[in-house]
Amino acid sequence: MKARRAAFFAAMGLAAVLLCGCASTPAARVKPWERGALADETMNPDRDSLASAMIEHVFFSREAATGGHGVGGSGCGCN
Amino acid sequence: MVTLRLRRLLFAGFLALGAGAAEPPAGVGAGSAFPKLSSFDLSGGAVPETAGRVVLVDFWASWCAPCKASFPAYGRLQARFGPSGFVIVAVSVDESPAAYAAFVARQKPAFATVNDRGHALVGAVQVPTMPTCFVLDRKGTVRFVHAGFRGEQTERELGSEIEALLAEGKGAP
Repeated sequence: MKARRAAFFAAMGLAAVLLCGCASTPAARVKPWERGALADETMNPDRDSLASAMIEHVFFSREAATGGHGVGGSGCGCN
Repeated sequence: MVTLRLRRLLFAGFLALGAGAAEPPAGVGAGSAFPKLSSFDLSGGAVPETAGRVVLVDFWASWCAPCKASFPAYGRLQARFGPSGFVIVAVSVDESPAAYAAFVARQKPAFATVNDRGHALVGAVQVPTMPTCFVLDRKGTVRFVHAGFRGEQTERELGSEIEALLAEGKGAP
């Protein structure tokens, strides 16, 4: 019982330390005037339409769960 | 029982941490004095004479699309109110002097532009978004803050605010 209690407090202590890290996040948040790199064209994942179409095709061909992006399919790779 | 109290205490502590995380940073707002531009290391141009004038300080960047859209509107405001004692200082936050220079060369603004490359001024002001402009009265006090640029609406609002501030100074020595 004592060991469980000690483990519980250790876990809570660890969570508190992690949350302290989260609380200090605003200081590390990217400021509006520091977003030049984020606004760069190379940060746009959809900048190459051909590459996007290929990635999309691979996704819906290989994703076994459901038909992705409005296309019926189940991972057979035949789309 | 002790454990329950401790749990409640820890929970309250977590809530307090969360509240602290949500607190916005303090910056320059309406009613406060705007930092003296001459006390910052601003490159890329000369800071115009602002004493006794109604001043619009705009923070922009070459990578910011609404900033680009705002420049023609600021040009019109400068042309309209400049002769009455109004001046615009457009402060770029570009870290690259080349990007700053290219943007200015392309836009050819009819008002003063400077580069706050080290982010000392914008860091002191803590703008909430890009672009943000501050309208100062003749005493250098921030009277209006516009976060973002919304085209004609912002231009119209700025026009009436500048007009009112210029009228305030009439009759003063």
